[in-house]
Amino acid sequence: MSVLVGEETRVLVQGITGNEGRFHTARMLEYGTLIVAGVTPGKGGQDVEGVPVFDIVAEGVQSTGANSSIIFVPPAFAADAILEAAEAGIELVVCLTEGIPVHDMIEVRRYLDEFGTRLIGPNTPGLISPGKCKLGVMAGYIHKPGPIGIVSRSGTLTYEVVHQLTELGIGQSTCVGIGGDPIVGLAFAELIPMFEADPETEGIVLIGEIGGSAEEEAAALIAERVSKPVVAFIAGRTAPPGRRMGHAGAIITGGSGTAEAKIAALRKAGVRVADSPAEIGSLMAEGLAA
Amino acid sequence: MRIHEYQAKRLLAEYGIPLAPSRPATSDDEAGAAAEEIGLPVVVKAQIHAGGRGKAGGIAIARTGDDVRAAAKRILGAPLVTHQTGPEGRIVRTLLVEKAMGIASEFYLGFVVDRSRRQTVIMASRAGGVDIEETARENPGAILKEWVDPTIGLRTFQAFRLGHRLGLSGAPARGVAKIVRSLYRLFREMDCSLVEINPLGLTDDGEPIAIDAKLTFDDSGLFRHPEIRELRDLNEEDPLEVEATAVNLNYIKLDGNVGCLVNGAGLAMATMDLIQHVGARPANFLDVGGGATAEMIEKGFRILIADPDVEAVFINIFGGILRCDILAEGVVAAAKAVDIAVPVIVRLEGTNVEAGREILERSGLSFHTASDLRDAASKVAAAVTEGS
Repeated sequence: MSVLVGEETRVLVQGITGNEGRFHTARMLEYGTLIVAGVTPGKGGQDVEGVPVFDIVAEGVQSTGANSSIIFVPPAFAADAILEAAEAGIELVVCLTEGIPVHDMIEVRRYLDEFGTRLIGPNTPGLISPGKCKLGVMAGYIHKPGPIGIVSRSGTLTYEVVHQLTELGIGQSTCVGIGGDPIVGLAFAELIPMFEADPETEGIVLIGEIGGSAEEEAAALIAERVSKPVVAFIAGRTAPPGRRMGHAGAIITGGSGTAEAKIAALRKAGVRVADSPAEIGSLMAEGLAA
Repeated sequence: MRIHEYQAKRLLAEYGIPLAPSRPATSDDEAGAAAEEIGLPVVVKAQIHAGGRGKAGGIAIARTGDDVRAAAKRILGAPLVTHQTGPEGRIVRTLLVEKAMGIASEFYLGFVVDRSRRQTVIMASRAGGVDIEETARENPGAILKEWVDPTIGLRTFQAFRLGHRLGLSGAPARGVAKIVRSLYRLFREMDCSLVEINPLGLTDDGEPIAIDAKLTFDDSGLFRHPEIRELRDLNEEDPLEVEATAVNLNYIKLDGNVGCLVNGAGLAMATMDLIQHVGARPANFLDVGGGATAEMIEKGFRILIADPDVEAVFINIFGGILRCDILAEGVVAAAKAVDIAVPVIVRLEGTNVEAGREILERSGLSFHTASDLRDAASKVAAAVTEGS
């Protein structure tokens, strides 16, 4: 078991003929991901790394039985790519694109309610179930199959945590980057219950950052219905208000979205919150032992 | 991206929002001529990208032409220090000369994205003109809200209801409703992340007008609005930040003593937190991103050490897409080109880490290499303590 993806996941790559799409298709295939189709409008009929390319998503789905997609499409076209995947019946859409206008995402999120589609991202490195399926751009080799589920708003900070865990001999069930934008698909509050329900997952690491209220919403949910140990780190304690810290979503506005408020809410919910990013792995080890 | 009040008001005028007549001016003579054209009395307003201008002396009422020129002389070319500018303030280069209107009452009107509801929220309050954030904190009930469902947009009844809830009726209620609808259209069409009219005034004649205007644009939406991009004022930004943006680096100057260079925004923030955790203070946020080249690393490194407050540099890279050997080449090239007087702590992990470490070692330069984050933290602490 794992969360969202597994060995049976059949992947369609949107934007497969672009530089990034091509490069990461090769890396994902190397990892063992089952990539069955690619799509680039106007480039149907070609193949990339042996993967057949279609003009439209619906055609790719029909011909190959793809049930998940990963999007490497520039910001101006990414909102459409998500919608096209949803309309074609794709169950899980992972959108890596950084820089989609926030108003586009407001409309996309609302429209997705009409479908059963789950969206991860945008502005995410993707997700990985070590040893089974990589649907993203993370370096596969730092991961190790095991009992920890990771949900994170950040990319390289997640690699850091995965590395700390792997060094301690603790593997991961699934690692999900929820994305660094103000409006994203599945957030902590939707993903944490999936890890709680997953028999393979024994502990959960939540990596949040300043801005928004996703961590506070997660804290309320953890207090209510999570029995597995949860460790958290909130990046941006030292960030000044009003400045966007790289991610479009990482900004303290009008006194809300501060690290202090998030840490307090999580601690109140019984979550072990790391004071230093160097302690996240060892705190999780403690949590598992307790 | 932010723009000045006078630029925002031009855009507001295009959307049919009622405003007092105004002209921008960059000298006392221009200000005097603008006042003559508009008619006295006028309000002379400093144009900087920061709030709190009134309390800081950046806004003056002038009843005569001499008053206008005197106010312009006093404000132009001088730094204006408000609670939002930091102690060094901002040099005022432009004024807005605006007709002073008789105002009977003031309201607050704001448009932002409500992240948890994933919708635009329109906020209004009878407590306009004062610090709205304080009102929101101490008396949240005084902020009235209407949410916009993106599939149907803002409906007329919602706009009218907002005016009604503000205690208005008759022509003023209809006027406010019309303003709310036009501003929503502006907010959506121009890809804004914030539209704030504070205050929205009701004149003695009962006509609502936008007295001040603050617009912030979603950086991700700017590709659709080249004419807005043109309004960017580099004078309002830190020169090192401007230099960094030009080479696609994400740099924010802070007031600490440890410079840091990191890949990825989350890890960059976490690295800043780590620096503070060991008793030092981060001098900046610098995210070189996932696709950084050796040349970008070199530029980033130069920007870092150009900051005179930096007493030590901490490079923290977790290579995924960005390979450690590429990073190491950039750092070595930069270090050889400039004379570095401060200790440099390097922590590398991830893709091609062995090759990266070897490049650093063979360079003949004295980097302090750290094996992991914990080790790096203590080396940073030691470097800063020795230096002071």
